[in-house]
Parts: sequence; C-alpha cells; structure tokens
Amino acid sequence: MGNKKEWPLWEVFVRSKNGLEHRHFGSLHAADAEMALENARDVYTRRSEGVSIWVVESEHITASNPEHNGELFEPAQDKVYRHPTFYDLPDEVKHM
Amino acid sequence: MDKKDLIQYIETIADNSLILGQRMGELTGHGPTLEVDIACTNISLDLFGQVRSYFQYAAQLSNQEISEDDLAFLRQERAYKNVLLVEQPNRDFAYVIARQFLFDHYHFLFLKHLQNSEDETLAAIAKKSIKEVSYHKRFSSDWIIRLGDGTEESKQKIQTAVDDLWQYTQELFEPNEAEKAAEEKHIGVDIVSLQAEYTQNVGKVLQEATLTQPDLKFFQRGGKKGIHTEHLGYLLSDMQYMQRTYPNMKW
Repeated sequence: MGNKKEWPLWEVFVRSKNGLEHRHFGSLHAADAEMALENARDVYTRRSEGVSIWVVESEHITASNPEHNGELFEPAQDKVYRHPTFYDLPDEVKHM
Repeated sequence: MDKKDLIQYIETIADNSLILGQRMGELTGHGPTLEVDIACTNISLDLFGQVRSYFQYAAQLSNQEISEDDLAFLRQERAYKNVLLVEQPNRDFAYVIARQFLFDHYHFLFLKHLQNSEDETLAAIAKKSIKEVSYHKRFSSDWIIRLGDGTEESKQKIQTAVDDLWQYTQELFEPNEAEKAAEEKHIGVDIVSLQAEYTQNVGKVLQEATLTQPDLKFFQRGGKKGIHTEHLGYLLSDMQYMQRTYPNMKW
C-alpha cells in the first residue's frame, strides 16, 4: 500500500449462535462498512464461528480511561452482596 | 457414459478450480492487506476443496487405479484441461481481481446447471460448491466496482486487466470433446447456452464500475485441449514440486 492513507479500523462483533449475544471478536482494517463486513466474514468466521456479524468503526467507541480505574471499579470489589451468588440457579436456565 | 470419458469430463471441470486455486494460493502472505490476503486464500481453499471432491470421484471411477494426487500433481502440462484464463499470472491486484471476476461469473452459471446433472455425484458437488462460488462472485464483483469506480489510477489498472484478460473469455463457452459427450448424456452442462447470460451479468457489473466492456474479434483458446500459455509450466513446477521430489508422500 506504500504511502497511501491507511484504511480505518473497525471493531467486529460476532453472534456465534442464535440466542446468544454478539461478542467482540477483534478488529480489522476496511475502507467502508460493506468491506468491513466482508473482511470480518473472511477473517473471523471462516471456521463457522458465527451466524451474524456487526461492525462499527473503532473511532465511534468511547472507552473508559484506565487512569480512572480506581474510582470507577474498585469500590465494587468489597460489595459481595451485589453478586448473584446467594441463590441456586435451576439447571433449566442456560447461558447465565 | 463411458467411465474414461467421464473422467476426462471431470478433469475439464476440476482443472479450472485447481489452477485458479493455485494462483490464488500464491498470494498467501502477499495480499495487499492482511484482510484481503485471507480472503484470497479462503477462495483458494474453497477451490481446492471442490477439486478434491471431483478428483476423489474420478479416482473411484478408475477403481483406484489413479489417485487424487496422481491427477492433481503427476500429470504432464498437456494433460491439464483448464482454460487459459485461470493460468494467467498475478501481475498485480487488478489482474487477480479481473481474472477471478471473469471466471466466477462463468463458474456460478456452470454450477447452477451442473446441479441438474443426471450424475448424482456431480450434482451433489455442484450443490455444495455453488454457495462458495456465490461468495467468490460477490467478492470479485465488489472489487471490480471499487477499483473501477475508485481513483483514476485504480480505474486505469482494472480496465487494463479486464481488456487484457478478455481475450481468454470466449474459450469458456467452447466445449471440448469430453464436454460435448457429457452434455449429450445429460451429465454435463450445455456451456454454449451460458454465454448470453454471462455477457449480460458481467456487463452489468462493468457498467456499475464505470468500466468499458472490451469489444474483441479475436480470442485465445487451447487450454481445454491441453495447449497452454507459457505460464502454466512454471505454475506446475511449483505445484508439483513436493510430489515429484518425494514420490507418494502423503500429508
């Protein structure tokens, strides 16, 4: 590609089975959304990993700042009562 | 249909996928971007998968006197029946895409009709392969449009490649003896009848890509009879190297 402008980065989300949610699989470069979908199909679903693909340009994702991890996440660590671990899950409930 | 004739017909079909698969495989690690590199090698693997199905069937018809590896790796150049189009080299990415595009549109129509073959195995292989080839066609057509309707440089490059490769397209629709015999027995596809639809489908994409459809009077032919361009020998020496250096080696 030499001195050409690089294609923008896209994040790829794949739903591996109907009933499951889309999960982040990775990222790739593409010139536009349509190419991003086709590239995602070739790069991430070639071993039949998926039934549906979402792509979103990486610049549209707003990320939390790792420097703020202390105030954002640490206060939750000593509040075990917020975890759903105090009751038994029936076997019939899947994907929890 | 005589088993020997049927094997000849299978070679005529499968050699196109084999040689084009090898050309696309040459791009492994050399594609213009990582994503396109993977896409091209995926296409290569699809084509090799189809070739295996065809050659395993041919081996079975020969009562295992010949193996799939014999067919793929141990024939002489003149025994390969692929059309000249698929053996043309990867001069640049425009040539890779134009060659793929011109073949995919033929391949798709061919498989669509092969699904109705009275030979159940060939019909089953066609049914399985056509989904892969629909995607190949979409991939190459999208790239034709991107490059044609892209920058001035990309347009000039893809137009040059289409103009240059166009001379090999007529051969796709000229049956060799094996194809004529197979069609008479309702095993093979009447490829002559595919040309009108092919020209229309290819024309539609070229138009969307703002490219000019070449207007040629003289075409190159010969591959289906084993008379190839100078490029096939080099491709074969590369492809056959392992099997000739280590005879009977298996994965």
